[in-house]
Formats: sequence, C-alpha cells, structure tokens
Amino acid sequence: MLNLYHYLALSAILFCIGIFGVLTRRNAIGILMSIELLFNAVNINFVAFARFINPQEITGQVFTIFVITIAAAEAAVGLAIIILIYRQHKGVEVDRVNIMKW
Amino acid sequence: MLPYSWLIPFFPILSFILIIFFTIKKPKLSSLVSIGAVSLSFVFSFIVLITVLSNPVTSEFKINWLDLPGFKVEAGMLIDPLTAVMLMVVTIVSMLVQIYSVGYMAGDPRFSRYFSFLSLFTFSMLGLVLANNFFEIFIFWELVGLTSYLLIGFWFEKKSASDAGKKAFITTRTGDLAFLVGIFLLTTTVGTLNFQEAFHQVESGAISATLLTLSAILIFGGAVGKSAQFPLHVWLPDAMEGPTPVSALIHAATMVAAGVYLVARLMSIYTLSVPASLVVAIIGAFTAFLAASIGLVQNDIKRVLAYSTISQLGYMIMALGLGGYTAGTFHLMTHASFKALLFLGAGSVIHAVHTNDIWEMGGLYPKMKTTALTFIIGSLSLAGIFPLSGFWSKDEILLLALNKYPIFMLVGLAVAFMTAFYMFRLCFVTFYGKPKDQQKFEHAHESPKVMTVPLVVLAFLSIFAGWVGIPWLSKGYSSFVYHHEVHHLEPNFILMIVATLVALSGIYLAYLMYYKGSISPEKLKNKCSFIYKILYNKYYFDELYNAIIIKPLFKLADFLYKKFDLGVIDWLVNAVGDFIVFLSWLKERFDTLIVDGAVNGLGYVVRGTGAGMRKVQTGQLQNYAFIIFFGIVLIILLKLF
Amino acid sequence: MVVTLKNIFHSLLFLILCFFSIAGIYVLLSAEFVAAVQVLIYVGAITVLLIFAIMLTAQLYSPSIRQSNEQVIPGLLVVGALLVVTLSVLGRTSWRISTQGIEGQSTVSIGKALLTTYVLPFEVVSLVLLAALIGAIIIARKE
Repeated sequence: MLNLYHYLALSAILFCIGIFGVLTRRNAIGILMSIELLFNAVNINFVAFARFINPQEITGQVFTIFVITIAAAEAAVGLAIIILIYRQHKGVEVDRVNIMKW
Repeated sequence: MLPYSWLIPFFPILSFILIIFFTIKKPKLSSLVSIGAVSLSFVFSFIVLITVLSNPVTSEFKINWLDLPGFKVEAGMLIDPLTAVMLMVVTIVSMLVQIYSVGYMAGDPRFSRYFSFLSLFTFSMLGLVLANNFFEIFIFWELVGLTSYLLIGFWFEKKSASDAGKKAFITTRTGDLAFLVGIFLLTTTVGTLNFQEAFHQVESGAISATLLTLSAILIFGGAVGKSAQFPLHVWLPDAMEGPTPVSALIHAATMVAAGVYLVARLMSIYTLSVPASLVVAIIGAFTAFLAASIGLVQNDIKRVLAYSTISQLGYMIMALGLGGYTAGTFHLMTHASFKALLFLGAGSVIHAVHTNDIWEMGGLYPKMKTTALTFIIGSLSLAGIFPLSGFWSKDEILLLALNKYPIFMLVGLAVAFMTAFYMFRLCFVTFYGKPKDQQKFEHAHESPKVMTVPLVVLAFLSIFAGWVGIPWLSKGYSSFVYHHEVHHLEPNFILMIVATLVALSGIYLAYLMYYKGSISPEKLKNKCSFIYKILYNKYYFDELYNAIIIKPLFKLADFLYKKFDLGVIDWLVNAVGDFIVFLSWLKERFDTLIVDGAVNGLGYVVRGTGAGMRKVQTGQLQNYAFIIFFGIVLIILLKLF
Repeated sequence: MVVTLKNIFHSLLFLILCFFSIAGIYVLLSAEFVAAVQVLIYVGAITVLLIFAIMLTAQLYSPSIRQSNEQVIPGLLVVGALLVVTLSVLGRTSWRISTQGIEGQSTVSIGKALLTTYVLPFEVVSLVLLAALIGAIIIARKE
C-alpha cells in the first residue's frame, strides 16, 4: 500500500536531486532541467497532500496546474536568456558568466 | 633752610635726566640746563655755608629707608662745617669747569652727553659729601667711580682713552673692595650704619682696638684707590686721556678729594687708632714723595699736573694721618682752586697748539697772556709762595708735622722743593724761550672768553681763598672746621721762612736749567741716566702690575674660558641641542613607524580584508545558489537541534 | 541521470522519462487531469523547447568539457544533509490522514474550483504566461 509517506519521500528525494543538479551542472541548460525536476517534485507533493490530507478540497491539484503553467513560462524566459548568453560567449558554461565579480 | 639741602644734589640729577631724555639733540640747550642746575646748587650751597657759619653746629636730617630687623638703612644728610666747605668747593669748581667746557668741547659730536655726565658726576659728588651713613656714602662713592669712568673714557673711540677709563674703574674698585670689607667690619661690630651713632659707639669703646685698626685701614683702602695713593696711584696719570675740563673737575678738585673727605669725615675713628693713623700718614708721605719725583721728568703737560695732584693728595692724607683735620681739609680747599686753574690753563694751551708735549711748545707767553699769567699764578700758589693760598695751607701742614713727627716735615719740605721745580720747569718751557715747533707756534692763539674767564676766577681764588686760614685770624678757617676742639697751632716763623726758601730754590733751579740754560738738562740727564730712567718710567709700576696681576689674570681668564666656557657650558648647550635633535629624531621614527604604521596598517588591513572578501563575489551563479542553499540547511539544522 | 550525464542530450532524454513517470504517479494519486496536463505541457512544450535550445547551443558533443563543476562534493554534502533532515521531519510529523477518497471526477472539481474560488490567480497566471512569452521573444530577438 502506498501511503502519504512514500509520496512525500519521493518528493523529497527528487527535490534534493534537483538541487544537486542546480549546484553542480556546468551547462546552463542542464541547470534548467534540474529546475524542472524541482518543480515536479513540488507538484508531487501538492497532489499527494491533496489526495491524502483532505480529499474534499481539490486545492492541491489546482495549485499544481498553476505551478506547471508558471514553470512553462519560466522555462521559456530562461531559455531565451541562455540563447543570449550563447550569442555572447559562444558557449553555455555558467562558469563563463562571471563578470559580476571583483 | 638746612632741611632743604637735598635740593643741592637734586638740581644736577634733574639736569642729567632732562638732558638725557629731552635735550640730547640740542647741544646749546643741554649746556645751559647743566650750567643752570649747578649754578642753582652753588647758590644753595652758599646759603648753607652762611647758615652754618652763623650757627656752627652739626645738623642731621634723615628718613628711614629700609627697616628690617637687625638691618636699618637710612637716607639722610649730615651737615657740618666740613660739609659746607665741601659743598662750596664742589659746586664752584663744577660750575667753572662747565662754563669752560662750553668753549673747550665746542663742536664735539657728543656735546650734550658730556654735559649730562658732568651733571651726573656733580650729583654723585654732592650726594657723597652730604651722606650721613656708611651705606649712603658707599652708594655715592660707587656712583662717583662710575661717572668718572664715563668721563675719562669719553672719547672712547681712542683705544688709549677707553683703556684709561677701564684702568681707573678697576683700580679704584680694588680700593673699594677694601673699603667695603672695612665698612662691614665696623658696622657689624658697632651695630649701626649711621656716622654719628658709629662714632659715639667707637668713642665709648664698643669696638676692640685691633678690630678698629683693621677696619680703619681697610676703609682707608678705599681712599687709597679714589685719591690715587700708593699703591693704587697708577690710574690717575692714564686718566689724562679724558677731556681736560674733566681732568680739572675730577682729578684736581673733586673725585680725588673724595678719599681725603672720607678720612676727614671718619676722623673720630682714625684719631682713636694710632696704628691706623700712622699707616695713613706714611702712605700719604710716601706717595707725595714718589709722585713728585716722577713729575720731575715727565714731558706731557697733563701728566706733570697729574703727578702733582697725586703728590698734593699725599700731602693732605699725610696731614690727616697726623691728626690735622683742619690742616688737611684746608689744603684740600686751596688745592682745588689752584689745581683746577692749572688744569684748565693747560687745557687752554693744548687747545691752542693741539699737543700735550711741552717740548713742542715754547714762547707762548706773548700769544696767550691771560692763560700764561693765570697759569703762573697757579704754579706759585702750588709751590707755596707767600702770600698766596697755597702758602698758608702748606705751612699748616708742615707746622703740624713738625709738632708731631718732624721726619714728616722733612719729607714735606723735600716734596715742596720738587713741586716748585717741576711746576716752573713747565712754565719756563711752555711759555718762555724759543718756540720749539714753528708751525704750532704760528697757529697758537688765546682761547675764547668762555674759557679764560673761569681761569681768572680761579686765579683770584688761588690768591685769596687761602687767606681764611691765616693763623693770626681770630675767627678763621681753624675756628670753623675742626675736630672735637679748636686748636690753634702757634705759627712758627722759622718754618715759614725755611719753607719759602725751599720753594724759591726750586724755582731758581728750574730757572737756571730751563730759562737761562746755565745747567743743561741734557747733561744732567746723562749723568744720572739710571735715576732718570726709573723716574721717567714711573718706577715701572705699570709694568710690575701688568706682570704680577694683569697677565696672570688674563691667563686665568683664558684658561677658564677654554676649560669652562667652552668645555662645560658650550658642551652643555651643545649636548642639550643634540639631545633635542635626538628627541626629534625619536619622534620622527615614532611618527613614521608607529603612527604612520598604524594608519598605513589600517589601510592595509582594510585592503586585505576587502581583497579577501571580494573573492566571495565569484560571479558564479552556482556559487551563490550554493551559499544560499547551504544557509537554509544550516538554519534548519539549527532550528532542529 | 538527469543531473550527472556528460552528454546533455542524453540527460534530456532521461528528463523526458522522468516526466512520464511523474504523470503515472499522478494517475496513482487519482489526479487524472493533472497527469494529462503534465504530459501535455511538460513533455510536449517544455521538452521541445529544451531540445531546440540544446540544438541551438551546439557544443554539446565535445567530450573535453567537464560537465560538473567543482562544487560537487560540498553540494553532495549539503544535499545529503537536507535529505536526511527532510526525511526525518517527514517521518516524525503526524500527518492527519483522511481516509476518504476523492469524490467524483477530479477534472470536474478542478474546473469548478478554477472558475470560482481561484478565478483571480487563474487570470493572473494567464497574464504572466503572456508576459513571459512576449518577453522571451523580445529577449531572444536577433538585432
């Protein structure tokens, strides 16, 4: 039987993997992909709660829809920026984007 | 009237102040101020004289100046017949000299200052004569010394003049040292500074004989200095470097008489101490003989007169030493008149021919009759020829000596012979004979009235002033000026005749040698060349003093200067300077190292910190994200535990 | 897989796999509508976007480029810590679990909720989407 704990654990693991990816990946697109992972983890969380805590309320799922929407928007903008960076540096390593340093 | 006698010295000091502060740039006015002041003093002195004549008591006026326990100082005046006489002498001579100076010093660039000094001197001398206590008399004594220094060295551009001034001051100062010690001894023993009180004490036996003698001799030391007695006589001949009127005032009539006055004033002390009186008399006699012998061979007209002064002072001192209060002071009075006359006359001659050397003069009689005549009158009086003043005063002294210790009389007679000789040597060589220097002779002329009138006045005094001392007068000088009681000495006719003969023979010898030429001075000089040399070189006293005192003193001063001044004081000053330099070096190091170091260090620290800190700004997004995340985790952990 | 592969295209493929799995999980959780939306949008739109992006920034094939940066180890540590913490918290919390099931069709309920209670966020989100897309276009325009 799957119960809430499992789903939450899954969500947490996925979240942590996502963060690891954000901190670690050199490729900008890789970072974006990790961020998508983060969103998904969060979504699982929402839906699980919606299902297990109070099934009368469908709030969790509604919220999940919103999150997906926003994720899409953000992915679009992020990629636009990456395109620009690519044009500037001819490469997408985030190491290179460091002019805001000392 | 007598309480106002302080006005007498007041006028001259007022004149001094006025001249120095107001009229220093106006010569004519300065001379008027000065002469006016001394004339006023003269008038007042005359009034004093008359007052004292009619009421010959001793009056004293004093105020307490300083009143400490155990030390009382007064400022006061003592007026007795002696004072009255001295006041007259000083004011008359000062007045005449100042009038004469108008002519003599005409054109001198420091004319006004000259008159201011004369006024100051007159003030000092008058104050000295009026003093009623040891403190006051010492102050004026020193003032007289100072002003004489100023006047002798008046033409200080000439090295010999400034040297002479110094010599006078230092020599008299040596005497003053003895004077001061004597004063201390005496006053601390009798417990008072006041003359009258001191005499009282001494007469009632408050002081031991030895102490009295010692202090008397020491005080006499001051007189020895001021009156140029042996051995402190060396300054007076050199003092001839000053202007001739100064010589007349200071060295004929007043300052040198201060010593005589001192002994006379303190007669009570000297009469009570036989050894002291003897010392006084012997020194007086010795000096008289010594000086006269030197005067025989001097060629400078003023030097001859200088030695003559020393010699005559010796006469006076000798008289006082023999107890002749009356005789000594009488001679002082007459000497003042004819010596001043002689000096002023010499000044007149010098003014005419511009030289002091008698061998460059000669035959001046027809050219300057007034000067010549008055000069001869003065010489006669000095030589002691009847019936001039000098005769009477000298005779008194010889009489006194005869009655006390005849040997002094013999010395006195010898001196009289020499005096007559050298004075007339001067007269004959200067005024008669052929002129030795034709150019100078051409140039010579009689001096202006302002110079000759004082000469005439003094000549008058030289003849008649001494008549107050004629022994047959019932109320003469001896009834006026006496010590304790009047004593008339019986006039000794034989003595008078002998004295006159002695003087005449002196004149005759001079006549033979210098007028007629029967005895040749040259031959005599060669025959007694040894004696001549000693006499001419003044017994080598100056050389002696130079070797014994002056050279070692200079050596000592030099040594001290090198060792102490340079070695110690300069070293000290340099050390202090070095130390301060060192301190400032330290400060500089401190500033640089520590202060700057701190400031710089602060800068370095900030920079370093900044440099370190900004490494955080990697610009790498992932780094930032990491940090944020890390922080969150940390907070959660903290919250949990 | 997604986060570690060198070749970014491969990691993208694994991402797609992830998405599909999550959709399945949603179905398990009786959230059919959400599953559908997930597949539609994530797999459809976003994945295509990512593919395009990868294609456009085309140095993905050079093997010399290190894919993970120097923060790996610290990252691991921190993430591990987080994981541990989160799981422990999850474990300890006593969730109020309801035993009822979902009433009716989830889709209908979502629709209802969207247009009544949550109408404002709904509209706003649409606007956000619009703005973001316009923005993205403007940003990435070639001058």
